[in-house]
Amino acid sequence: MATKASRSAARTMMTPAVILLLGWMLVPLIMTLWFSFTKYLPLRGDSIQRGLEWVGFANYSRFLSSSAFWPSVQTTLIMVGGVLLITVVLGVLLAMLLDQPMWGQGVVRILIIAPFFVMPTVSALVWKNMMMDPVNGIFAHLWRFFGAEPVAWLQDASLSSVVTIVSWQWLPFATLILLTAIQSLDSEQLEAAEMDGALVIKRFWFIVLPHLARAITIVILIQTIFLLSIFAEIFVTTGGAFGTRTLTYLIFQRVIDSQNIGLGSAGGVYAIILANIVAIFLMRIVGKNLDA
Amino acid sequence: MARNVTTQRKIITTAAAWTIGLIIFFPIYWTILTSFKTEAQAINDPPLFFAFNWTLENYAIVQERSDYMKFLWNSVVIAGGSTILGTLIAIPAAWSMAFVPSVRTKDILLWMLSTKMLPAVGVLYPISLVFVQFNLLDTRGGLMVVLMLINLPIIVWMLYSYFKEIPGEILEAARMDGATLKEEILYVLTPMAIPGIASTLLLNFILAWNEAFWTLNLTATNAAPLTAFIASYSSPEGLFFAKLSAASTMAIAPILILGWLSQKQLVRGLTFGAVK
Repeated sequence: MATKASRSAARTMMTPAVILLLGWMLVPLIMTLWFSFTKYLPLRGDSIQRGLEWVGFANYSRFLSSSAFWPSVQTTLIMVGGVLLITVVLGVLLAMLLDQPMWGQGVVRILIIAPFFVMPTVSALVWKNMMMDPVNGIFAHLWRFFGAEPVAWLQDASLSSVVTIVSWQWLPFATLILLTAIQSLDSEQLEAAEMDGALVIKRFWFIVLPHLARAITIVILIQTIFLLSIFAEIFVTTGGAFGTRTLTYLIFQRVIDSQNIGLGSAGGVYAIILANIVAIFLMRIVGKNLDA
Repeated sequence: MARNVTTQRKIITTAAAWTIGLIIFFPIYWTILTSFKTEAQAINDPPLFFAFNWTLENYAIVQERSDYMKFLWNSVVIAGGSTILGTLIAIPAAWSMAFVPSVRTKDILLWMLSTKMLPAVGVLYPISLVFVQFNLLDTRGGLMVVLMLINLPIIVWMLYSYFKEIPGEILEAARMDGATLKEEILYVLTPMAIPGIASTLLLNFILAWNEAFWTLNLTATNAAPLTAFIASYSSPEGLFFAKLSAASTMAIAPILILGWLSQKQLVRGLTFGAVK
């Protein structure tokens, strides 16, 4: 039973975390909003101390109408969609395979989970050089072995190469979560279906997949949030060149490379809105779970 | 009734799973292997898998060239500091939400999680302005605070989901036996909560260690952790595969080991308790 005293104690205990997160959310958000309505070019001498010129929605419309905007949205969608498709499909298949009885399952799990722990800068560099280098990479060796001309992956197939690298990092995450979900599947149900003569594909479609639906949704939502802000993998491999400039990277370039804070902030507000739309769906699912 | 599995099927499954596992692990294996080769052997055609002279010279060169130990120490201090700081702030919050829930507890939890969704790039400039203002740029303390704030929602959530599993009856029993609030926390709750706190620390240490947006953008030389150390190898320079491999191996080895230890908690932590 919670008494009045313990309630107020509970509120006190929560206060530091709440205040810190409130500040962390509001301070930069308000500053970004403010900058997005101003002309703010630090290299031309604009500064907060001298006062920023209010320009209304000019930055917002300029960001939308710049020639780099739509391609960056397209790149973002392809990258996020591609990685999601690869990790979810392969993740389901891998999870089902790992759920079967086998020798050395623990070791295989360890091998598969490993990429998730590799820091993004390392995985990007290792793939860029050790795997995808057009002269000395493993793929170049393989291609030459089969008599084919090696490919300059990060130039000629840049977007799919980055998608590959990012998928490699996130496949372990999807697999692990889907495996956990599969293991909670009632095996008697499957056996009954098997005895009734249901084909493998039917058993998958009508029993396994519906059971996984929730876990798949969660994988998609959590990955989307992380994938929308992919940074190091692009920064290290292509630097946004060859059609790999996502919305996140475009904003980064506006703010850091061209030091156009107003324009970049307007882009940032778009990114925040986009992330929030995804977040609302995730919240619903996680929130439902809280009641259970 | 256990499912009847033929040996033949088990062999096929084992072979398939091992093949896929080895393919996925290959880039890491190849990096570790290459780190023990000379630069000439590293780019040998065909690639060398076994027959080469193992050498440690790359590790020596990397340490000498960029002072690996300094970056390692920065990573340990930043990731460790932010995790401990975050946990200290999160424990009371998660505790009160788990044991004295109010009508608003759920909303507060969800709101905390929502701060995690704020895209970092959208607030990069304001944060760096604040950093300049308070002289925090390229300091370990500043980065520690930022990483703590980024991971705080996950820490609160993880702890909350662990604390919730501690049965309330035990607390009542302790209270009936005349335990004070302090005794209750020290002798009843803490021992039961330690496993949950330990896995929270572990997972968040890993997340902070691998964070690569703020660590790249808010550091220069003094406070740069291993993420930045590796990024300095991003421009190719003559023969550098073996050195790159050695540097990469050094950057990921500590966390790979911790990661393997924490894989059981990973699922529940990263799905905020939605998949267990």
